Amino acid sequence: MPDAIDTTHPRPAAPADPDREFTVEERSQAQLVLRRFLQHRAAMVSLVVLVLLVLLAYVVGPLWRYDVGQITPDNSAPPSLAHPFGTDAVGKDQFAQVLGGTRTSLQVSVMVALLATFVGTLWGSIAGYFGGWVDTIMMRIADLVLTLPLIAVAAMLAHNLGGTWYLIGLVIAGLYWAYVSRVARGVVLSLREKEFIEAARALGASNTRIIVRHLVPNALGSILVNLTILVALAILLETALSYLGFGVQVPDTSLGLLVNEAQTALTTRPWLFYFPGLFIIIIALTINFIGDGLRDAFDPQQTKVRQ
Amino acid sequence: MLLYAVRRIVISIPILLVSSFIVFWLGTLSGNPLTPLLLRNPPPPQSVLDAEAARLHLDEPLVPRYLAWLGGVFRGDFGPSVIATQDIGEELATRFWVTMRLIIVAMIVALVLAVLVGVYTAVKQYSKSDYAATFIGFLFLAMPSFWLAILLKQGGIDFNTIVGDQVIYTIGASSIPPPDGLLARVADVAGHMVLPTIALALISYAAWSRFTRASMLETLNSDYVRLARAKGLPRRTVMFRHALRTALIPLTTVTALDMATILGGAVITETVFQWRGLGDFLIESIRQFDTYAVTSWLLISATIVIVLNLVADLLYGVLDPRIRYA
Repeated sequence: MPDAIDTTHPRPAAPADPDREFTVEERSQAQLVLRRFLQHRAAMVSLVVLVLLVLLAYVVGPLWRYDVGQITPDNSAPPSLAHPFGTDAVGKDQFAQVLGGTRTSLQVSVMVALLATFVGTLWGSIAGYFGGWVDTIMMRIADLVLTLPLIAVAAMLAHNLGGTWYLIGLVIAGLYWAYVSRVARGVVLSLREKEFIEAARALGASNTRIIVRHLVPNALGSILVNLTILVALAILLETALSYLGFGVQVPDTSLGLLVNEAQTALTTRPWLFYFPGLFIIIIALTINFIGDGLRDAFDPQQTKVRQ
Repeated sequence: MLLYAVRRIVISIPILLVSSFIVFWLGTLSGNPLTPLLLRNPPPPQSVLDAEAARLHLDEPLVPRYLAWLGGVFRGDFGPSVIATQDIGEELATRFWVTMRLIIVAMIVALVLAVLVGVYTAVKQYSKSDYAATFIGFLFLAMPSFWLAILLKQGGIDFNTIVGDQVIYTIGASSIPPPDGLLARVADVAGHMVLPTIALALISYAAWSRFTRASMLETLNSDYVRLARAKGLPRRTVMFRHALRTALIPLTTVTALDMATILGGAVITETVFQWRGLGDFLIESIRQFDTYAVTSWLLISATIVIVLNLVADLLYGVLDPRIRYA
């Protein structure tokens, strides 16, 4: 052993590089999650489809030769190159209508998801973190909102507020935040008892610091998964409200409103009915798959069955 | 168990009261029930407006109005409707069973389908049929219920056109006038129920079959099922007596929690198929700012949800012998 210099630190059996131990990059939690998400095939395909659909609605839509509500000389035309989704009885281009409806429906549902998640997470985590009477009062209020029948209250409120998209979003978010607060409270309750929170408190961290630096990052996974599912739920509720006539009103348009307008002429102009419905399904389906992928990515144990 | 049931009902009374008050309050905020009168041309004289406002108690403050309505409910009077000739209580009573038979049959169909598919896909995990069922489940979860219902309705109409006869009913809850004879009448009602039931059941089926599959997988991989198999028990016994029975317990909870959603789904199904049920009543009442009618609807539907929840909880005890309601 001529070159054995350091005998106190024997080298590993097949070292590629003696310093490997120190150059291996540390992977953060976020990187791990991202890697797992990228490997989830259904979620990745869904993400691509959803991004294409969003681009179609927001980039192709405004550039398309017809605007929402614009009347063209062709009426009741079946799908063709000039009108990919056909036209309705007065000659409105259904492609422009569907893209416009997709924009409205997406805006409403994203607004609902963000607003309900923000309010609900704040509400639930404050209740769960402080516990005691604060928890009791806050959660009773949330429970009360949960007992209200969604479609009835949403229809009643939306009927009065009128058909602007952000008001519809406000109404739906005003009912959905309670669901989020339940989830957030559950997560916080289980995290609160964890050792690292206790350690932070023992080190003298303030409540605000514990919530912002320790609770929120750890609860992020569940909340993000919930946020995606909320988008899908909100789009279904918004389109249902618009279908019933309590949601978005003309001259605005929504995918639900388009289905409503098309239902009487299903035999003569089926294209008016199928395309908006298809868009709702694609949006809700891809978002559900993305939510599934996120859940697996954040918590790989959850989906695996104990062997 | 009876004591438990009574206690549960007593606990739910304050919830009913508070949520009905909120709905009442939102209802009064939601619009002026005199709007159709005000829009009339020529405008009605002030005395008519005042009389109508007095009839609907619009001249009284919110809380006394609510309390007066609540007092009336106990005497069987659900308050004055915006439609002067309509008795809210009577209307709700006739519509109640129309909606209930739809909800109950749809729930049973959805549960049976969900358990069958859920168990099958759990046993054949990662097989082609499992993937197919998973995809179909996701598809139904993403499908707007009104779209599916209209599609089914159109399918029924197309089928009738092809056959050249009214085989599948697509409009209404029963024929008007009803056919003679009890048997013919039952067949008529059942015929009208086919499509709405499918539309309502498929939406719940999607979530429930996914849930049954997950729950079944967990029990199938548990130690006591492995033990039962190791003992040499027949596969059928292990499946049904050991695995399925345990797997079904959480499903009762999920079913109970989904009850309110099903009632909401019934609103849409009834609208599409033009049933004169509770859902249709709600939509009409909201359109006319009929606060008393909407609040009465809430009271009835919340009671349905509470009672069906209770039934699910009591079933819990039947399925799981460890749970005893003392």
